[in-house]
Amino acid sequence: MKSITATRSFSLFNTLVYLVLGLLLLIVLLPCLYVLFSSFSTKSEMLSRGFYLIPKVWTLNSYGYLFSNHNFTASYWNALQITVGGTALSISATTLMAYGLSRTWLRGRKPLNFMVLFTMLFSGGIIPTYLLTSQLGLLNSYWSLFLNNAILPFNLIVMRSFFQNTPKELEEAARIDGCGEWNLFFRIILPLSMTSVATFIMFYAVFYWNSYFQAILFISDSQKMPLQVFLRQIILESGNSLESVTDGYEFGPPVKMAVVVMASIPMLVMYPFFQKYFDKGMLVGSVKG
Amino acid sequence: MAVTGSKAADIKTRQRKWEEWKRGLPIYFMILPGLLFFIVFKYVPMGGILIAFQNYDPFDGFLQSSWVGFDHFQRLFQDPDFWKIFRNTLMISALNLFLFFPVPIIVSLLLNEVRLKWFKKGAQTLLYVPHFLSWVVIVSMTVLLFSAQDGGINNLLSTMGYERIELMTNPEYFRMVYLFQVIWKEAGWSAIIFLAALASVDPTLYEAATMDGASRLRQIWHINLPALRSTIIILFILRLGHVMDTGFEHILLLQNSLNIDVSEVFDTYVYRVGILQAEFSYTTAVGLFKALIGLGLVYLANRASRKIGEEGVY
Repeated sequence: MKSITATRSFSLFNTLVYLVLGLLLLIVLLPCLYVLFSSFSTKSEMLSRGFYLIPKVWTLNSYGYLFSNHNFTASYWNALQITVGGTALSISATTLMAYGLSRTWLRGRKPLNFMVLFTMLFSGGIIPTYLLTSQLGLLNSYWSLFLNNAILPFNLIVMRSFFQNTPKELEEAARIDGCGEWNLFFRIILPLSMTSVATFIMFYAVFYWNSYFQAILFISDSQKMPLQVFLRQIILESGNSLESVTDGYEFGPPVKMAVVVMASIPMLVMYPFFQKYFDKGMLVGSVKG
Repeated sequence: MAVTGSKAADIKTRQRKWEEWKRGLPIYFMILPGLLFFIVFKYVPMGGILIAFQNYDPFDGFLQSSWVGFDHFQRLFQDPDFWKIFRNTLMISALNLFLFFPVPIIVSLLLNEVRLKWFKKGAQTLLYVPHFLSWVVIVSMTVLLFSAQDGGINNLLSTMGYERIELMTNPEYFRMVYLFQVIWKEAGWSAIIFLAALASVDPTLYEAATMDGASRLRQIWHINLPALRSTIIILFILRLGHVMDTGFEHILLLQNSLNIDVSEVFDTYVYRVGILQAEFSYTTAVGLFKALIGLGLVYLANRASRKIGEEGVY
């Protein structure tokens, strides 16, 4: 009873909480909606009307124009290849190693764990990494992206503590039934861990889809550039003006908005499907490994 | 007798150890791909740091290049540009540590006070969204909104009679834009970890506090903040270790010839001079300096956190 009256009497506090959160939501949402709606707008309306959220004329022209551009479709296809390939490789390597390191009885586990942790504190840096990649002949190949990022140490550590929390009884029962280590992992532990695996599939997919710097570092062939590089070219390299021209194609304001939308959509579509796993999948191991 | 007895025990433990290794065999195979990755792509580059003490020439290779000792470091410390970059890096880190860091904590405390379940969930979902956008997208959105000639916000300002803002090119705005974008992208997402810590608070504590007449604000001060203490400390240490990492991609994207005096940080410098101008040895020295400071800071911060009775990160 008392707690209810307390919450009621502090409605000022509540109002303030909702007000501040509402403001934050607005700050997050407005720019996104502006870009989204403008991408369906016409160039002439954008230039004449100045600033508005809801266009008077809705059109899909920008998208049609965009998909007829070879550079756009090629970079989109490249980004998809990088994301699918990289995520598949990374999630496999990470899951296997995380599971292995979670076996507390394993000999040599401690030095292995330290080896992983140390890479989070110290690294060779950009130049040695670049020289190594170049010496391995990986420049201009997507393998340079895949292999350099096969495992993100943070993901590995969180996943390891997730596996460490799977019930021991299950493992013992399986072992009594004559289950070997591989079977135990693939048939019992992995299917039970799909919430955690799903979380990290999403994390890796976001990482590969969004990565820009590694692409310009390791890839110089313009035909192999992913979408983020294309986006940066048409928006930022055209200076401060909204008009830009590449290969005779003109990118007016709505078309640029459309590229931004297209560069964000795959991850935003994936996100709700994976969101339910985040809290459970990621936080089981909490901050620390 | 005693000798043979201990010998037998010796053999037994050795046998047991051998059994354990053998049992682990399939597990070692699982670890192998990851292990190879760490050795080849993380530890070999660490060895590559040695070129900071050479005049590395790609045509001669690592073995044939001449050794020069600390020459590159001398050049480094005498270079006024180096100190400018150092200062820029520290300034941007200070923004991250003192202005960005508290925001997710505040966001989590706010979300935690929301009693309407649908609102809390909806707000969380939407506040996480920017985390999934790339820096390229976020910087592009800013340009599209603030472009001096025809960006949406600037159009709005000029119709209202104000002057257009040169947001992306005026160096005065650089740090502000950087900070605002970091908050916009990560504040919601970074709140997850604090929300989890808050969720584990024993609800009876609030009841007891209410009984004692504590206001909601006092409850936050005396219950929620102490509950977040260890999470805050651990995350702060981790951040401290990355003082030299200022969000490389982000800064590179914001950088232009007009704001380079405030936007050049170690990472962008290493990339520009090292990769684009092929000054491998000198920039490896810059990178090493940066990495060592980071390592030293984590070590110190970790020791400090143990001193005040917290766990630390390792």
